[in-house]
Amino acid sequence: MENFPILSLLIFLPIIGMVLILALPKDKDKTIKWLTLVITGIQVILAVIILFFFNFSLGGINDPSSFQFVEKLRWIEISGLAWVGKIKIDYFLGIDGISVVLILLTTIVTFIATLASWNISKSLKGYFALFLLLDTAMLGVFVSLDFFLFYVFWELMLLPMYFLIGVWGGPRREYAAIKFFLYTLLGSIFILLVMIGLYFSATETLVDGSKVFTFNLLALMDPANYNVTGILSPLNPNNLRFIAYIALFIGFAIKIPMFPFHTWLPDAHVEAPTAISVILAGILLKMGTYGILRISFPIFPEITQQLAWYIGLFGLINIIYGALAAMAQKDFKRLIAYSSVSHMGYVLLGMASLSTAGITGAVLQMFNHGIITAMLFIIVGIIYDRTHTREINAFGGLANQMPVYTGFVMVAFFAAIGLPGLSGFISEVLVFVGAFGNELIRVLTIIATLGILLGAGYMLWAFQRIYLGTLKDKWKELTDLTFIEYCMLVPLTIIIIVLGVYPSVILQFMSASVNAIVKFMANANIIHSSISTF
Amino acid sequence: MNQIVDSLQYIKPEISAAIFLVVIVIVDLVMGKNKKYLSPIMIIGLLVTGFFIIDQFKFSSFAFMSENNKYGLLSIDSFGSFFKLLIVFSSIIIVFFTISSDEIKKAKERLGEYYTLIWGMILGMFFMIIAADLIVIYLAIELLSLSSYVLAGITKDTLRNSEASLKYVIYGGVSSGIMLFGISILYGITGTTNIYEINGLLQSQQIQGLIVTLSAILIFAGIGFKISVAPFHFWTPDVYEGAPITITAYLSVASKAAGFALLFRFTKITFIDSINADGSWNIISLIDWRSFLIIISILTMTLGNFAALWQNNMKRLLAYSSIAHAGYLLLGLIAFSNEGMMAVMIYFVIYAIMNLGAFFVVMLIANKIGSEELDDYKGLGKTAPVLTVSLGIFMISLIGLPPTAGFIGKLYLFLALINSNMILIAFIALLNTVVSVYYYVRVLKYLFIDSSEKEIAPFGVTIPNLILLLILVIPTLILGVYFTPLVEFAKYSITLLGF
Repeated sequence: MENFPILSLLIFLPIIGMVLILALPKDKDKTIKWLTLVITGIQVILAVIILFFFNFSLGGINDPSSFQFVEKLRWIEISGLAWVGKIKIDYFLGIDGISVVLILLTTIVTFIATLASWNISKSLKGYFALFLLLDTAMLGVFVSLDFFLFYVFWELMLLPMYFLIGVWGGPRREYAAIKFFLYTLLGSIFILLVMIGLYFSATETLVDGSKVFTFNLLALMDPANYNVTGILSPLNPNNLRFIAYIALFIGFAIKIPMFPFHTWLPDAHVEAPTAISVILAGILLKMGTYGILRISFPIFPEITQQLAWYIGLFGLINIIYGALAAMAQKDFKRLIAYSSVSHMGYVLLGMASLSTAGITGAVLQMFNHGIITAMLFIIVGIIYDRTHTREINAFGGLANQMPVYTGFVMVAFFAAIGLPGLSGFISEVLVFVGAFGNELIRVLTIIATLGILLGAGYMLWAFQRIYLGTLKDKWKELTDLTFIEYCMLVPLTIIIIVLGVYPSVILQFMSASVNAIVKFMANANIIHSSISTF
Repeated sequence: MNQIVDSLQYIKPEISAAIFLVVIVIVDLVMGKNKKYLSPIMIIGLLVTGFFIIDQFKFSSFAFMSENNKYGLLSIDSFGSFFKLLIVFSSIIIVFFTISSDEIKKAKERLGEYYTLIWGMILGMFFMIIAADLIVIYLAIELLSLSSYVLAGITKDTLRNSEASLKYVIYGGVSSGIMLFGISILYGITGTTNIYEINGLLQSQQIQGLIVTLSAILIFAGIGFKISVAPFHFWTPDVYEGAPITITAYLSVASKAAGFALLFRFTKITFIDSINADGSWNIISLIDWRSFLIIISILTMTLGNFAALWQNNMKRLLAYSSIAHAGYLLLGLIAFSNEGMMAVMIYFVIYAIMNLGAFFVVMLIANKIGSEELDDYKGLGKTAPVLTVSLGIFMISLIGLPPTAGFIGKLYLFLALINSNMILIAFIALLNTVVSVYYYVRVLKYLFIDSSEKEIAPFGVTIPNLILLLILVIPTLILGVYFTPLVEFAKYSITLLGF
């Protein structure tokens, strides 16, 4: 198991699938769908295998030796000249407790999204080819430990997403797709600039003793690797680390999306087809917070500590603003989209606490939110497929007509509200416990609890308007769930309930890594101050 | 006399180009209406020329030195060979374009003149690249310009064709006049036309900075016209739109490459004081060349990108895109370091491949649907998948998104720029990239998202064209993930005679 490149297999399997699909003739619709389903299914199995062999006790974060399933190959190597240093870029993959959770999430949500794409009929071949390309890019982001590789995967995601929204989306799809593209690319240029700045600031010592500039994320986390004159070196007297941190943060914040960079999200969600909304909310939003946790925090620990309050503040704004905006929506899908904004606020708040409970809560919230919103968007999709409207006020009393469906809706809604016994509860409690424990952001945390109240408000109000009351005549023909819809909803429901009752299933994987990052962040101050004095 | 004979060995590629020019003229005369031998002769000629370039790739010497002088008229070095090779490569591609271009087929009786003039351009560009003397620089630019004026209007088919040619002549005439004025000033204050000698004099003698700046800016007008940077870019969209598409593609790649090579040599030799160990250049204090170039570069890319937003004609869109790219390429010069020079060399190879590719697809589509308007591109994604997906890849690469080659080109430019501590400029350039996304992606939108109002029968590509297309598509993708050979090649050929 040790030497088997399981991560490469995991991320490049969809590419193989994409090539096969492109090679198939156009009219083989069934084959294409089943091929995609099999591939995403194999990915779930691979993710489970990874979990099975995963060693809980290894922390990862900044320690290369405690990353697991590591694959490190020299990808680009260009010898140096007198005036230009040697260039090397590694194909460096590896996972720790934080990424393993997100890999599991990605594979599950992608599998469910494949099922949700079952009714796609317009140029099926292109759809599934792009879908699989997107799959590769997403998994690549979560397993890369080299900044360059990370960036390549990060950008690779843009184009398939543009087309998936732009071609298969709703009436205003072109606008939504280009808005998504431009917004995300704007974020990417900040990331690119910081990436290049970091590259010129730190060196990595190779096996043969020579020093080279590096994109290696783990090497960039070690303050000892920075050159005195490096642009982003902590030793540089007029260091730009503060600006770089904010730039990088904005780059990731656009993806989360953090207020005030969130405006692309409602448009993208409303126009995207169901399966793509599922992927967008379930996985893509997590990349932002994952990036902050994997790159911003450990590379700039001292600035993270300085700015923790502001991160918490933006988390709070996201929670409250998202909830209030959700309350005002008349479109069911838009409501869910804004609820995502609100729920991602908890992740930010939990991370800002820099405590074990808070970060555990944040990572768990990423996973739970991924599963819950995936389910919510499928719920919206099911009703939209039947009625071709998403107007909340157009419905009413659907519980009478579609009782089983409404049962699943209740699970998802209550999980989103944070009802004890369902998964959303655990992560929110952990976030609040952690954030409350940190005196710095205690006040913010107290205000943020309002978000729970507001969350319950908009969710229950929406539930009442759509599912309770008297059934309108025009909806008397609606049928209850089909087989495929069961296949989508049942696994998600099981996950939500299991994690609500027994969260250790997931928590055991991440605890060592969360401890490692908390410890690393706490120690960082000491290391950094000792360096700058000497 | 001896010197001249000795020097001939250094200019074998130029001699070969001149001989094949004559061969084309003679064959065209002798064969009369039969034009089928011309293209093969072109290919053979270009391959022979290419062989001579590779043969003398590592030479590093002056050619045509005068008796009492240690500098010559031409400087032969690997930097020049690199760009000459790039020009030969794009010329070969252009000949293949020509073979399958419907536009040129209509004007078949002029194919002889067409190829003769291309050789004229090649000769002009070769001399531009290796010129070390202001007079040679001027003559080379004129040779290139005069050939391309005629080529821009060669088909005489449409009104816009002739308009393009005329506009080109007028703008070109004015800018070369300005350039000549600049040259005469520089000659007046230094008493020599050799740029190596000028450099020595600028360093040692008391010369007024203002006059040097003035003459440098005037000379820049001539070069800036060739590489189409603002504010000398006005001819570009009109000429690109009006000229036959093979010539448009050729102007946007080859003549730009020659212009940049000349600009690099001129700047590096004339205005550099010394070079530091880390490869950064020290500019002589007389002239604030960097600030000037920064302004030009930012102006060019911003103008190019914003103007491109409103274009509805593919050729015009690509014209503005090539203006924007000239702005990006200037960034490499602004870095004032060997690293920046290397970045530009890398970028140029990539730019040549992706830009030629984009023009090739536009030409093949125009052959079928007879239009270059974006409105007619609606829904082509369905009717011509191979062509449009290739065009999509070239567009993505022109934006500079990974994993395409365009990203690597931009990455190296920004690496060089940030290493020279010009973060703000890099940021502005990156913001420009975001703007450019809008119009490149708009092309994709027309192709794949919109559906066509008219019925167009699906069309494919012939096998030879498909092969040529793959020759351009595959490197665009491969160089995006594995760029070691390209960087090694650029590094290998970076030696510029003198510094």
